[in-house]
Amino acid sequence: MISRPRSYVGRVVVPALSILLALLVASVLIIASGLIGPEKKADLLLPLVAYRSLLVGSFGSLKGIANMIVAATPLMLTGLAVGVGLKAGLFNIGATGQVLTGGFTAALIGVLVADAPPLIAIPVALLGGMLAGALAGFIPGFLKAYTGAHEVVTTIMLNAVIQLLVSGLVNDVFRAPGFSFARTAPVGNATLTGAGNTTLHLGVLFAVICIPISYWLLWRTTVGFEIRAVGANPTAALYAGMKPRRMMILTMSLCGAFAGLAGAIEILRLGYYPAVFGTSIGFDGITVALLGQAHPIGIMLSAILLGAMRAGAPLMQIQARVPVEIIDVIQGVILIFLAAEIVVRRIFRLRTPSAGAGELQTITRTYGEKVVG
Amino acid sequence: MSVAEPSPPRLEMRGITKRYPGVIANNRINLDVRAGEIHALLGENGAGKTTLMNILFGLARPNEGEILLDGNPVQIADPADAISRGIGMVHQHFMLIPVLTVAENILLGAETMANSIFLDRREARRRIIELGKRFGFEVDPDARVETLSVGWQQRVEILKALYREARILVLDEPTAVLTPQETVEIFAVLRRLAAEGHSIIFISHKLYEVLEIADRITVIRRGEVVGTRQPSETNEDDLAALMVGREVQLAVDRGTSHPAEPVLTVENLTVKSDRGQEEVRGVSFTVRAGEILGIAGVAGNGQDELVEAITGLRSSNGGTVSLAGQNITGWSVRERREHGLGYVPGDRQKYGLVLGFPISDNLVLTRYYHRPFTRGVQRQDAAIEQWAQEKIKEFDIRTPSAAVSAGTLSGGNQQKVIVAREFSRDLQLLVLDQPTRGLDVGSIEFIHKQAIGKRDAGTGILLVSAELDEILELSDRIAVMYRGEIVALVDGRPTANKEEIGLLMATGGRAPAAGPPSGTSGQAGTTTDMPIKGETS
Repeated sequence: MISRPRSYVGRVVVPALSILLALLVASVLIIASGLIGPEKKADLLLPLVAYRSLLVGSFGSLKGIANMIVAATPLMLTGLAVGVGLKAGLFNIGATGQVLTGGFTAALIGVLVADAPPLIAIPVALLGGMLAGALAGFIPGFLKAYTGAHEVVTTIMLNAVIQLLVSGLVNDVFRAPGFSFARTAPVGNATLTGAGNTTLHLGVLFAVICIPISYWLLWRTTVGFEIRAVGANPTAALYAGMKPRRMMILTMSLCGAFAGLAGAIEILRLGYYPAVFGTSIGFDGITVALLGQAHPIGIMLSAILLGAMRAGAPLMQIQARVPVEIIDVIQGVILIFLAAEIVVRRIFRLRTPSAGAGELQTITRTYGEKVVG
Repeated sequence: MSVAEPSPPRLEMRGITKRYPGVIANNRINLDVRAGEIHALLGENGAGKTTLMNILFGLARPNEGEILLDGNPVQIADPADAISRGIGMVHQHFMLIPVLTVAENILLGAETMANSIFLDRREARRRIIELGKRFGFEVDPDARVETLSVGWQQRVEILKALYREARILVLDEPTAVLTPQETVEIFAVLRRLAAEGHSIIFISHKLYEVLEIADRITVIRRGEVVGTRQPSETNEDDLAALMVGREVQLAVDRGTSHPAEPVLTVENLTVKSDRGQEEVRGVSFTVRAGEILGIAGVAGNGQDELVEAITGLRSSNGGTVSLAGQNITGWSVRERREHGLGYVPGDRQKYGLVLGFPISDNLVLTRYYHRPFTRGVQRQDAAIEQWAQEKIKEFDIRTPSAAVSAGTLSGGNQQKVIVAREFSRDLQLLVLDQPTRGLDVGSIEFIHKQAIGKRDAGTGILLVSAELDEILELSDRIAVMYRGEIVALVDGRPTANKEEIGLLMATGGRAPAAGPPSGTSGQAGTTTDMPIKGETS
């Protein structure tokens, strides 16, 4: 018989090819963007110039690397917020709401501990944001477990509820006096400031630590075994005496905690909660998780890739005159190719994996299914 | 009287060889099928039957060999090509769309067009009805497929092939999903098709079935043809030996049991289905240590609900379940397991295994939280791996390593993983639900021996099986379940009478509606007129 070393290769091949295809598609758009640019001509080498400046902008200097890491940090966390859920068979689209909850709570706690030493103030505010995010994840987890309400629906709805609730509170109850626009009071010593003359901050440490912790949790503990079993086959988990409902609630809370931490980091970096905290890190987490095949290491690498594109984009705009929005296009196209894995396999004539459901199947498979347990 | 040059067979496969990396799935296989013949392809799981049929249907390309249709060599490029050459395939898992009607399902992919835009539904309906009439199974073309029983869905699959003018019909384990009654009916359909000149390739590993239906039987073992027989010149023992490559004990020696104190006491148990119907109605029985109690019954008479209530997967609606003297009625699955309950579930892929997980993880699926597999909160991978290696050896699980996912194993080996896991503990009670469904004779023999061994070690065993032969072979006592009640409790062989139990299964002991069971096989349930409650998939 043959052994199967294929699994790891298989997991990397499709994401890598998806990135490649996305870069090719974006190249066409970049060339086309030259036509409407100031020079009005198609430069076939423009994509190379653009991608080179992306690389230089993110990896070419210490400052660039720092920016890249800072941009990747929240993506790592929201990637986990989606990825760990997928392992349990849950599709958490609520990272956005959980980010806002965590950020807002961190801002409120930050105000309370604004005068404490930074090494106390920052962890306390981050932890508070994490717990609040966990609560925002707990709600859809509980609803799924005990009423069967699908998490995709409830988390999307909660995103809107949380967004409006928080913005109402900022505009009214928690509005700080003395500013021309609505915002909360400054968090003082809880602010995440850059180290040296870079943007690197203490929050990076918190985020990076979450990667090995999730790996350890999922593959080295009994709880992780239960989470993965419930995700892979809930009826077998039930048969084995596990508690699928409890695992769903636990996992969703954990996902919320990761997203909450991401929000807390972003807000503490800013130093206050603004009237409108427009951030895409919640939804970007979906791309990160899928690109990373819901594996903590993969999520870290994907977050770095996306972070690098974000960090390098300004230089690309200056050097190649390619609008930064092209990054959103690349990211979107990556997601399309990942979702349409079968298309990628067709293009490159790869075999379809025979056994073991991929994470993507979680998304479609669990829709409308009765909860067991 | 001399016959002129005989016409070439309808289908001939010559020297078919198919290699996969590291395995030869088919090795110089020769197979010929005549017009009007039912030709059985018999072999264990993984013997190469499916590969051969995939080659015939254009799903795989052979490395060597040729295929001849009516004596003409052909290259079959893909399934569409196979269909156009008159080859039809009925898969074990139906390829039907439940929400569409029979006619729509049949038309799909072979649309009869009125013009370039619109379907000619009237013509399609007419042809479907005509085909049904011709072969003796009239299906309502407007019925939605999801409303049909499994047996009728299978007939729709056959109609689909006939509508595409198939002359060679391949049926992959067609009886695996059928009740005995439906099996009898589908056999009648197949005989009618053969009489009309169709050639049928019937894939199976059930010995008595191929003996009953086939004109010729070709046996495949490890990718090679090991013999072709006519039913009149062979028997089950001979076929089993050919298939497995050694003498097989079709009936294990049960020996004598030494029953001791009761380990399972079920009193007045009532269980409702998900739809709120009472599927188990006031059932009472006991299983003693060191005996096997078999529950016989046609599928869908409340056995599933009974088993689920005993194992804790479903809550009961009245009565009590006691395990080793303790009332466990309200206990969780885990509490019951900790109290000495082992359980081999009827649906191994839905309940028994996590197919995407490695074999090692599946071998500890119900024990992972115990030492030495866990310390504190941490899994002990080395201990799990060592345990897996031991069990793979002890239970002869055929796999390249413990790290491959359970989904890559054959059905027999998947079941061995479950049996290894559930048998390797000190147990009070072992519940075996359809423990050998879909398995080949080698695996069946193995699992039966293991069960007897467990019984002799003092475990009480509750055996639920839709195969009456299995019940008779293993059980020390037999309870017959009919419409949610236990209608009879008799001693096992040699006292037990197969015909009598078959009749009880079919009628519940009331006066039978028709005559005695028909057919030579003595299959139970052939005269039943009750509704089949089996789940539709």
